[in-house]
Amino acid sequence: MKSFSLGRFALPVYAVIAFVYLLIPIAYTFVFSFNNSLKTNLIWRGFTLDKWANVCQQQGVCEAFGNSILIGVISTVFATTLGTMIAIALVRYRFKFRSAVSLLLFLPMATPEVVLGAGLASQFFSLGAQKGIATIIIAHIMFCLSFVVVTVKARVASLDPALEEAGRDLYGSPSQVFWKITFPLLLPGIMAAALLSFALSFDDFIITNFNSGSAMTFPKYVYTAAARGIPAEANVVGSGVFLLAIAIVISIQVRSAAKAKRLRRS
Amino acid sequence: MAFAAFGSATPAKTSGPVKSGGRVALFLLLPGLAYLAAFFLTPLISLIVTSLQVPSVSGGYGTYDYALAIGNYWDVIASYYPQILRSFGFALVATVFALLISYPLAYFIGVTARRWPLLQGLMLTLVIAPFFISFLLRTFAWKQLFSNESWIVTTLQSLHVLSPDQYLVGTPFMVIFGLTYNFIPFMTLPLYTSLERLDIRLLEAGADLYATPAKIFRKITLPITMPGIISGTLLTFIPIAGDYVNASGDFLGGTGTAMIGNVVESKYLVQNNYPAASALSVLLMGAILLLVTFYVRRSGTEDLL
Repeated sequence: MKSFSLGRFALPVYAVIAFVYLLIPIAYTFVFSFNNSLKTNLIWRGFTLDKWANVCQQQGVCEAFGNSILIGVISTVFATTLGTMIAIALVRYRFKFRSAVSLLLFLPMATPEVVLGAGLASQFFSLGAQKGIATIIIAHIMFCLSFVVVTVKARVASLDPALEEAGRDLYGSPSQVFWKITFPLLLPGIMAAALLSFALSFDDFIITNFNSGSAMTFPKYVYTAAARGIPAEANVVGSGVFLLAIAIVISIQVRSAAKAKRLRRS
Repeated sequence: MAFAAFGSATPAKTSGPVKSGGRVALFLLLPGLAYLAAFFLTPLISLIVTSLQVPSVSGGYGTYDYALAIGNYWDVIASYYPQILRSFGFALVATVFALLISYPLAYFIGVTARRWPLLQGLMLTLVIAPFFISFLLRTFAWKQLFSNESWIVTTLQSLHVLSPDQYLVGTPFMVIFGLTYNFIPFMTLPLYTSLERLDIRLLEAGADLYATPAKIFRKITLPITMPGIISGTLLTFIPIAGDYVNASGDFLGGTGTAMIGNVVESKYLVQNNYPAASALSVLLMGAILLLVTFYVRRSGTEDLL
């Protein structure tokens, strides 16, 4: 912590070790996606590209993956829309019961997933609702919503109100001002929130497990398979999603760093 | 505030002219808040109602009648106090480890690497990288790496750290290891947000006044980053206390490692004993609410989001 005393190298070396530690299970999953495994994927049996080429041959993997994508996309669209509206209201308007609203938005993030899962399951049970993809989506919108609010709110707060005023001074109608000025400026924050929401939905297991009935999602597939050994095809899906997500995030970062550099120069 | 770390954290507080437009605000807030009322608040009430139910008189497996059986709570406490205590014990130990591991890392990213924004961004990506691969696959990977036949275990056995019939998977150590690993990003990000704002000149002033590095850390860095420590601790402790994947027998746990989450899962999804599962969930939620109340008392509701 004390970069003055511990010497120049202690902290960087520590950071490298910490990153290696964080990445070990990811590397393991990736390496074993190339394992020429039989039913289970426990012992290294040699390199193969088969599992990547024929992921869907393993029963259930692709169906579970498809369901997870579907659930993720629908939940993200709803959570992002509702959450963005709330974030704008929180920053731009004064209203009564403000702290009650903040608390209501905070609590879902502070509630353990078993409680959220069991609570919703009890409600669906007492309503007599059939559990399946629809109930999973309802659950996912609920727990993604607050994370969207937090993410978009940071962006709204950093928005210069003078830009919107300028729009109004030029006789822009409220909807013109919103769609031509506010929305484009908020877009990076909204995109970040949507990505976060999709990631949360895609990886959720506990809440899903309580509200899915017989519907399969990718994490649920992995959990069920764990009892008899997870097939290499699951590693393929996990690694593929990982590589895609990392590529998206890094390209966004490199792009914004380049943009910042250009701005500084001009 | 703490949770802002998960998105594009811009601490700037240049909020616009705060208007008191009742109708527009209502239009913006109502749909989302109504959603939370319907699918967050009502389920919590449902949970409390279910926790007080008694087995149906008409018989029928997994059917229950409305009642006010407060006794359900005493029953679950009497039967499951080891799991309850274990959950909070594991959560406490894993949170402390996560804090000790994360603080230097967050310091390096937030303070030392400040001159290189791109590097900073890439390191933050590495911290959240585990989020991009399934939580279950990561946990399973640790299980394989520490399995009974793995070189880690055989080496420890030949060094006599472990006796020949002693293994790691299934022990409390392994569960705590997994919990710590899985929740490190939840600790590192809030710590990073508060360290990133730390003014270096304060540390230099301390050094100018001949304070030792240890004293500078204790008197300046630590108090200033306390909000990050508190929110990181909450963000780590809460999900760990309710987790059941790490402690599950198919992952890192064994016979003596079950936590509240494992009991709730088996009661709810396997045995269809909804009242007992709900009573345990309500107890867990109550304990968490106490923690959150403590946090709100300290920092107010405005800082929650």
